Amino acid sequence: MTRILGVLGLLAVLYAGLWLSSESGLSGRSLTSLANDQGRYGVVTLGAALVIITGGIDLSVGAVVGCAAVLFGTLTRDGLHPYPAALAVLLFGAGVGLANGLLVTRLKLQPFLVTLCGMFVFRGAARLVGTVVDQSQVTEAHPEFAGAMNALTYVLVGKDEKGALVFPAMFAWLLALAAAVGFFLHRTAYGRYWYAIGYNEQAARYAGVNVDRHRTVVYVVCSALAALGGLLLFLDSSTVQADSAGAGQELNAILGAVLGGCSLRGGEGTAVGMVLGAMVLPAIEKLVTFVGMGNRVIPVVIGLTLLIGTIVDELIRRRSRLRG
Amino acid sequence: MPTPRLEVTAARKQFPGVLALDGVSLILAPGEVLAVVGENGAGKSTLMKVVAGVYRPDAGEVRLDGRPVRFAGPADATAAGVSLIHQELNLAENLSVADNLFLGRERTTAGPLRVLNRRATAAAARDLLARVGLPADRAGRRVEALPPGEKQLVEVARALGLDVRVLIMDEPTSSLTQRETETLYGVIAGLKAAGVSVLYISHRLAEVRRCADRVLVLRDGRNAGELTGAEVTHDNMVRLMVGRDLNRFYPRVHRSGAGAAVLEVRGLRYAGGPDTPASFEVRAGEVLGMAGLVGAGRTELSEAVFGVRRVTAGEVRLGGEPLRVRSPADAVAAGVLLVPEDRRLHGLVLEAGVGFNLSLPNHDRLGSVLGVRPRAEAELHRTWIDRLRVRTPSAARPVGLLSGGNQQKVVYGKWLARGPRVLILDEPTRGVDVGAKAEIYGLIDELAGRGVGVWMITSDMEELLGMADRVAVMHEGRVAGELAGPALTEEAVMRLATGGAAA
Repeated sequence: MTRILGVLGLLAVLYAGLWLSSESGLSGRSLTSLANDQGRYGVVTLGAALVIITGGIDLSVGAVVGCAAVLFGTLTRDGLHPYPAALAVLLFGAGVGLANGLLVTRLKLQPFLVTLCGMFVFRGAARLVGTVVDQSQVTEAHPEFAGAMNALTYVLVGKDEKGALVFPAMFAWLLALAAAVGFFLHRTAYGRYWYAIGYNEQAARYAGVNVDRHRTVVYVVCSALAALGGLLLFLDSSTVQADSAGAGQELNAILGAVLGGCSLRGGEGTAVGMVLGAMVLPAIEKLVTFVGMGNRVIPVVIGLTLLIGTIVDELIRRRSRLRG
Repeated sequence: MPTPRLEVTAARKQFPGVLALDGVSLILAPGEVLAVVGENGAGKSTLMKVVAGVYRPDAGEVRLDGRPVRFAGPADATAAGVSLIHQELNLAENLSVADNLFLGRERTTAGPLRVLNRRATAAAARDLLARVGLPADRAGRRVEALPPGEKQLVEVARALGLDVRVLIMDEPTSSLTQRETETLYGVIAGLKAAGVSVLYISHRLAEVRRCADRVLVLRDGRNAGELTGAEVTHDNMVRLMVGRDLNRFYPRVHRSGAGAAVLEVRGLRYAGGPDTPASFEVRAGEVLGMAGLVGAGRTELSEAVFGVRRVTAGEVRLGGEPLRVRSPADAVAAGVLLVPEDRRLHGLVLEAGVGFNLSLPNHDRLGSVLGVRPRAEAELHRTWIDRLRVRTPSAARPVGLLSGGNQQKVVYGKWLARGPRVLILDEPTRGVDVGAKAEIYGLIDELAGRGVGVWMITSDMEELLGMADRVAVMHEGRVAGELAGPALTEEAVMRLATGGAAA
């Protein structure tokens, strides 16, 4: 609970900063576009956070985002209808997660190493699939896909055929997915098993929990959500590059999860916290642009924010431990 | 009277919500072994930590060789000659024994480079190891490769290297075999002869009787009494500890003879196990005790039956039907349940609540895919917290914050809620205070009375002889023999456990 209060406070400060720094006042439009960015971040964060709750880590998330984005663009450009292409991309993600999960559980490899390798493999794979893909390439090659592409973009991203943002659909999707994650995490036996595995995998195994299966499932969910993030990225942008699409997203997702109260030791975290944690980074980016500091400052600001957050969190913990 | 080596007068220590020490006093002469016993929560650990400089008392005085001391911390106490050997060992597992013996005061060359002097270290390490009866070749081994008993002796050796005057041992034998325990007694006798004073904390009253000159009993943070010489009996200690008589400490109220074999283990071998197959059976309604030295393969055998270790040959039958177990999940589904030796590592999710742990293996009964039914869950928590008298303010309390006895009751509770056919108990009362022990023994008796087959692995001889209807003794991976009735004696068990033939 105190951890959620911390991230709430941080968000309050960030939104207050946005309010004060925008000369024309905080417009509904910029809030909506911020929310949409937060949605896209958040979808990926949910999966990464689930893996962290079970005591694992997934560093391949960003590469899967990029690979999925490029894959979707290339598949549709080469003539696959957008709907089956979207499904194929999600299945690709699930397949990556299955591979990660099996490598971690069956061969007992360390998640950090397995997914670090995946990070290189899928970034490279994205380059092999295609270096740059434009939305316009797709619609020029296959004008008959325009309707389906527009429909997907409207439903998933909330933009109309002219590319104008109508409603923050990605944020809505984040809330819907977070509700689903929250239901499983907090209301079903699966969530109990995930927490138990994260706290003490051995105790969970000795209690008769099928630890390997649950850990694998969580990797599948994580990578599938990353693939969804890639799909959103493609639909949201006019162009994606294999080198940069989703780059660093794995760390952003981990950061969001930790800000939202997940412990890297596993066993801790809530669905609400994940959403709030995922909202922080886009808000910082927006604030930095508003203040006019330029994009180069963003990493510094993010790093310092997290560091200060960690220090404050640790101090609060020590204090409560002394009291308790 | 000569100056006492150590004198604690009216020590008082208040923690938030708990008065851990309420005016405890003790006197320890040079070369004396004073055992401190008491239930968990009686204040033993706090007293030891006050003496060892971990805590500062709120009131009262600690004198060392007549001079009042106020240690700033454990390092300060160590420098003054007071060393504490923790129940949970404080060794760097990845370093060698010699490195551990001199950790923090390495033998090095002079000058800022501090290059390790390997030869001097090795020589000094051999010397210390000899004093605790360990072979010299242990010096170069990594600590993690040693059996638990030898690790304990390494801790003692490290304290000896510090020119210890007061050695505090907290449950030193909890992970030792019978033979290692004997070695430890020898070491303690040697320390006594050298004038070292020893404070010895143990739950095992038989040991206390063997090695202590005097016994101090604590109850609720106060001195409950002191026993010397012939007064040091099991009954006297228990009476002072709990403040009442414990009649029928090892009850046989519910058991009414064994039925048919419920668990049959035939020619079982498992991955990483010995070449010798193990065979035995557990009958419905009996407590089968399993004895053996540490390392005889008892825990490993139970883990193979429970699905933690892969079975490579032989078979297990449950109620006459072949039982195929590939993981603990299979064993749990079949009703073969394990209370593991290390409850903190395998038995409980310490950070999670009492209720979380009680629910963990029972979710198949608490709801469907569509979620856990809160009312059924609350009912389960209430039932087992009440029935096992788990002392916890709420079901949400993290189980790691409870005492050892209450933690162990939670482990039993999560299995009793499932209803076992076979209950495997690996060291069923390790680190559990006397009061909770009595309750657990009552529970075991009741379960056996209801027809559960209880397979009880224990290194505690009193527990074995007190609780078991029949005893299987393991030696080097196989069941060396079975004992029951008049043949079941401590000597017979030890003879089989050490490789001798049954009489």
